[in-house]
Amino acid sequence: MTSNVIDVRNLSVDAIAKRGERTPIVQDVSFSVAPGRVVALIGESGSGKTTISLACLGYTRPGCAFRGGEILLDGSDVLQFDLARRQQIRGVDISYVAQSAAASFNSSLSINHQVTEIPLIRNLMSRDDATRKAAALYGELDLPSPETIGRRYPHQVSGGQLQRLMAAMAMMCSPKLLILDEPTTALDVTTQIEVLQAFKNLVRENQTSAIYVSHDLAVVAQIADEILVLKDGRMVEYGSTETIITVPRQDYTRQLIAAAHVMPAEVKQRASSGDGAPLLSVSGVTAGYGRQREVPALRDVSLDVRVAETVGVIGESGSGKSTLGRVISGLMTPWKGETLLRGEPLAASLKQRTRDELRDVQIVFQMADVALNPRHTVAKILGRPLAFYFGADRKAIESRVGELLELVGLDPAFARRLPRELSGGQKQRVNLARALAADPQLIICDEITSALDTVVAEAILDLLVSLQDRLNVAYIFISHDISTIARIADRVAVMRDGEIVESGPTAEVLRPPHHDYTDLLVRSVPDLKVGWLETVMEHRRRTGQQAAGN
Amino acid sequence: MVERIAIALREARRDLTPTAAVCLVIISLVLLAAILAPFLAPYREGEILTTGSFVSPGDGLLLGSDYLGRDLFSRLFYGLRLTVVVSFMIAFLAFLVGCSLGFLAAVLGGRFDMLISRLVDALIAFPAIMLALIVLTALGPSIPVLVVTIAFIDSTRVFRVARALGVDIVVQDYIEAATVRGERFGWLMWHEILPNALVPLAAEFGIRFTYAILFISALSFLGLGVQPPQADLGVLIRENMQGLLYGTFSPLYPALCIAAITVSINLLVDWYLRRNDAASPEDLQ
Repeated sequence: MTSNVIDVRNLSVDAIAKRGERTPIVQDVSFSVAPGRVVALIGESGSGKTTISLACLGYTRPGCAFRGGEILLDGSDVLQFDLARRQQIRGVDISYVAQSAAASFNSSLSINHQVTEIPLIRNLMSRDDATRKAAALYGELDLPSPETIGRRYPHQVSGGQLQRLMAAMAMMCSPKLLILDEPTTALDVTTQIEVLQAFKNLVRENQTSAIYVSHDLAVVAQIADEILVLKDGRMVEYGSTETIITVPRQDYTRQLIAAAHVMPAEVKQRASSGDGAPLLSVSGVTAGYGRQREVPALRDVSLDVRVAETVGVIGESGSGKSTLGRVISGLMTPWKGETLLRGEPLAASLKQRTRDELRDVQIVFQMADVALNPRHTVAKILGRPLAFYFGADRKAIESRVGELLELVGLDPAFARRLPRELSGGQKQRVNLARALAADPQLIICDEITSALDTVVAEAILDLLVSLQDRLNVAYIFISHDISTIARIADRVAVMRDGEIVESGPTAEVLRPPHHDYTDLLVRSVPDLKVGWLETVMEHRRRTGQQAAGN
Repeated sequence: MVERIAIALREARRDLTPTAAVCLVIISLVLLAAILAPFLAPYREGEILTTGSFVSPGDGLLLGSDYLGRDLFSRLFYGLRLTVVVSFMIAFLAFLVGCSLGFLAAVLGGRFDMLISRLVDALIAFPAIMLALIVLTALGPSIPVLVVTIAFIDSTRVFRVARALGVDIVVQDYIEAATVRGERFGWLMWHEILPNALVPLAAEFGIRFTYAILFISALSFLGLGVQPPQADLGVLIRENMQGLLYGTFSPLYPALCIAAITVSINLLVDWYLRRNDAASPEDLQ
């Protein structure tokens, strides 16, 4: 047993409320990482996976405390170390790669300065040695011009590169254990697999052990040797990757597998009721930012949405898909082109639209956390559109709010709650209910499932479909996740650099043969199979495809 | 709603620290004294009781008499009342103007924001006390002029705070959600922004209130604030300064009142801010 790099035994961590009440957030978790192996911690948000990975550093977030168990690093218990001892192992024996590299780098220091910081402050290397080692790591991680990239500043490299630079920072002292906390979650699919491949090579070539934290089973399947499934701070299932994804023993694991973002085996064309005249028609819209119109985000985009139809808009970050949503909703005035609603031109700016026009086109934002006013109760959030658009009186509002909550699958008693008293999925339901309160013809859904756990996102998608059947509402579903779009959309528009590169019925666009870019997107969706990553990288090498913006 | 307030009050009582509790008691006593001054003061404000100046305490005069032989204890009640009422009016008016303009600048942005922000910058560049002295000398010191002048000066400070808070809140998605619904400025300002700025603004109100107390006391002390026979705490200090030469403590009592109120409010604001800022890690451990 002592040959393991790290042994976590019966770890328990509590959250401590202001008044000293303790709530367990991690209970009785045990696992071990053998040299050169990768163990994945997988679960929804709140499952304790980040807490466990931080615990390996002997650290808890403010407001948490260890209750019991031991974490043996080379046979000695990290939890028994004093602060000085813990600081010695951090960054040297165990290092940590955080989820958002963009938020973790200091934007006013050069990359090399930050990457070489740990060996320098510990006096483990001279500055020259450290810089040389960093450059070698950049090369290993497939970063462009490894000799000079370190002299740049964080804003001068892309998100995927920054994530790899952070991995280089973590590898500087050749740690025994590397902890990767959702390192690819914030990246586009095409970038994600490159970063994933770089991490995989790094771990293999340096014989480092790693703990890989993620909520995405398909991603984990590509890199991990063993998987530990967590739910509510408890272990659900622990075994080799192959076993977990092929013969899961627990219901919860099966649920995770069912909800994983993989391309459906066959893209079904939904029986669409949407023919006839378009409900909304965008024609030749060009829009962008900058006072002198120097940054175009949309170039000559045209799109039709029919009654009760779902149009999926797919693209990577920077493709202009959100800008399209903003132009249609009136939040942004296009430079050129027009939008027609039922054949009537829709005023470009919000101020000129009539209340009915505003009512007919609703938008649901990505982050329910910030889309709901934290000081308003659910009753006020849902009641306002009713009062605003229909001039409903207090009694009518009260009963309608109850109906709306039931419509989105929530208890009417939720009306009295504040947003912070709701879970992520519940918030997103309220967010959706607010749009429904206006009784709209079209709802623009801007990445509404991206911030949610897979299982919760699944439920929201089902809700969207059932609402469409009942209310005959049309959706524009904006997402970067092609597997979600494949499931929900009647028609798809693929966007890149502000232009629609391909559009048509879902089955036509997403079944081979594809447009080149669509092909790249489809192939970048991780499959729930061991060895998928290698196949894709091989394909990429052969065809010479390169991801955009990298 | 009532239920929520009851819960909030119960929680506040549980979080109360000893310092905050003492401050709360002092402020309550001051407010009570201010409201009930005519009933609590043993004598009327201007009633001359003895012919001697600076008579020592005793003989029905709890704190002795002032330079004209009036009861200092009674005058202290009325002085406190005037100071509290005038300061509150100043702070309230400053907030009404400062918050409205600040939020409006945050919501409208662009030229309006630019114009009004630069105007405020220019006003802030003048030392407050100089500006007040000039206006009061020109228009003559009366309570309405005093209130409007100081409120105007203070509102520039409130504007900066409100605008800074507003600018942060305006970029949130829930504001965008309200904008896209078609809401106008009024709703955005009072229903979407204000509730989210309430905690820092409440703290700022406390601070502005104490500044107003100090400001009018200073002006009164200089003779350009409240005019005799009316007296606020600043006037009381000035009137009774000579008392120190005769070995009485008479000017120290109103000075002590000013110190007690301002320090209490400041400490209470500190407590309130810390309680509402659970994000700061050192408070949690």
